[in-house]
Amino acid sequence: MGILEVQNVNKSFGGLKALQNVNLSIEEGTIHAIIGPNGAGKSTLLNCFVGKLIPDTGTVMFDGHSLLGRKPHEINQIGVSRVFQTPEIFADLTVLENVLIPCFAKRDGAFTLNALTRVSGETDVQEKAEQMLIDVSMQDKKDMIASSLSRGDKRRLEMAMCLSQDPKLLLLDEPTAGMARADTNNTIELLAEIQDRRHITMAVIEHDMHVVFSLAQKISVLAQGTVIVEDLPENIKGHPKVQEAYLGVAAS
Amino acid sequence: MNSLSKKDKALLLFVAVMALLAPFLLNPFPTDSAMAQFNAGYPDLMQRFAIFGILAIGFNILFGLTGYLSFGHAAFLGVGSYSAVWMLKLLSMNIIPALILSVIIAGLFSLLIGFISLRRSGIYFSILTLAFAQMSFSLAYSVLTPITNGETGLQLNLNDPRILDATNTTGNLPVTGLFGLEMRNTFTLDLGAWAFQFNVGYYVCAAFLLLAFYLSIRIFRSPFGLMLRAIKTNQTRLNYTGLNSRPYTLAAFVISGMYAGLAGGLMASMDPLAGAERMQWTASGEIVLMTILGGTGTLLGPVLGAGFIKYFENIFSKINETVLHSWFSFMPDGLNDAFVWVLHFFVGKGWHLTLGLLFMLIVTFLPGGLMEGWERIRDKIRGGKGGGKNPPAEATKTPAE
Repeated sequence: MGILEVQNVNKSFGGLKALQNVNLSIEEGTIHAIIGPNGAGKSTLLNCFVGKLIPDTGTVMFDGHSLLGRKPHEINQIGVSRVFQTPEIFADLTVLENVLIPCFAKRDGAFTLNALTRVSGETDVQEKAEQMLIDVSMQDKKDMIASSLSRGDKRRLEMAMCLSQDPKLLLLDEPTAGMARADTNNTIELLAEIQDRRHITMAVIEHDMHVVFSLAQKISVLAQGTVIVEDLPENIKGHPKVQEAYLGVAAS
Repeated sequence: MNSLSKKDKALLLFVAVMALLAPFLLNPFPTDSAMAQFNAGYPDLMQRFAIFGILAIGFNILFGLTGYLSFGHAAFLGVGSYSAVWMLKLLSMNIIPALILSVIIAGLFSLLIGFISLRRSGIYFSILTLAFAQMSFSLAYSVLTPITNGETGLQLNLNDPRILDATNTTGNLPVTGLFGLEMRNTFTLDLGAWAFQFNVGYYVCAAFLLLAFYLSIRIFRSPFGLMLRAIKTNQTRLNYTGLNSRPYTLAAFVISGMYAGLAGGLMASMDPLAGAERMQWTASGEIVLMTILGGTGTLLGPVLGAGFIKYFENIFSKINETVLHSWFSFMPDGLNDAFVWVLHFFVGKGWHLTLGLLFMLIVTFLPGGLMEGWERIRDKIRGGKGGGKNPPAEATKTPAE
């Protein structure tokens, strides 16, 4: 039994069947990559995990809870964090404030009218946030406004925000999209390090095969809304179905 | 006391000193001089500075922090005024019970309106609050006349019960007070050509202004305030951080409604009558103008904006053609007439035109309001790098513009 169990999930938009009988199982403590050509339904699947979309049929179980019908903030509270394709950060706030918010959310829960204490006086949360920034080596940028960061740093910040909630499952939607090679390598290192130290389960959607094969312990290949292969990385590379899926699309 | 940082303490102290010395600072011109009409240091206007300051501070907690632009805040002001006048009629001429009730009723009322309006954001939220405010206005104006006394407005009456007060045998309407201290009491200090007026009512309002300002600093610096700013910049991320934005926006809405209720209650305490026009949409719009003019999301800005608008409303509207003619009497007749003809559009009843022009200029050249102007001047004086650290457009980047 994996930490995330997806069974027979179907989702269609009008006449388009985006997901058909998708089955997926993510083992606790592993990095699981979901790959597939454009339009294969990767993002749709991810959106079904976080409550943004509700599958037409099927079940999505996380750590003993059904995720269906829950709102994004409720799903986050039971331990699922998400890194977006374009970084979703608090652009007008400072880097430190960006990390403080998830730290407060982790400590105080969904809503607290904590209106008369000072942010700077909450030492436990402050220390946790500063430590998080050190972990992703951004401590020297803590007073910068987040919108002025480079794209790579924004992504790094978003990961720090997700990690400071100590999630059980981290979903990453193309974490290296649009990055230069050096930044990509940094991100790979960062993710490997996080995995090493915190043993967080991760599901990564990725186009860059370099990233996939450096990180993933298991790979699911999605094509036209179904999982065609789920296997170890070394078995994926030469798999005939995978080549067909990718080359077939490329040729058409 | 560790509740405020050094900088915030200095700011609070600055406002306190300004409020304390306002009767001097706002009265720079000798009583008999031609410039005396620009003096603002008379009780009525100073009370209004403080009251509208409170209103704008409260509005800024909602608009400045969360970016939700409410076009219905005058409704809470009106509800506060009605509650206060009823308290003055039924219970006592002491303003304390009146203020307590006006804050509570405005809080409940904003809970109701906020609960419904906050289902939407951006322009839809603004329109919903506007609709509610207009509904409240027509309820007060023509439907709920037993409670609001319709277009005449709710007033004190000799036959009111006032169960806590001694029987009134004087035959005059009683006056509002704070444990026997009458609000209308004014002490005039004659210093040479100047006459400075110290009014009890003003100092009561100023004390509440300071309290309101202090609370707003605390909210701005608190984790709650941080969450409100997070709502303004990215609600998606907030949801994916396990937080539901609605209880936060609702809390901010109710807090700012209670500020408006307090302002309404103080208005009625200074001058015990309440009319429906206080709830009209133009009044709501004025609150928005004050906040933007002063500097949205800054601590001091809304107070400055409120003072700025109230000053122009009271001073420019008093200037008429006769005054203009006397100013330009040194010119030859034709030129004099021409100048007066042009300028008379901008004064007296036309003061809104002046306000509109000033608003346009400020929003165009100082999108961060008066506070941005002040920051630019400060940077220039320090020989600074210019421009300021904060992106100036930030303050006006709101969902519903």
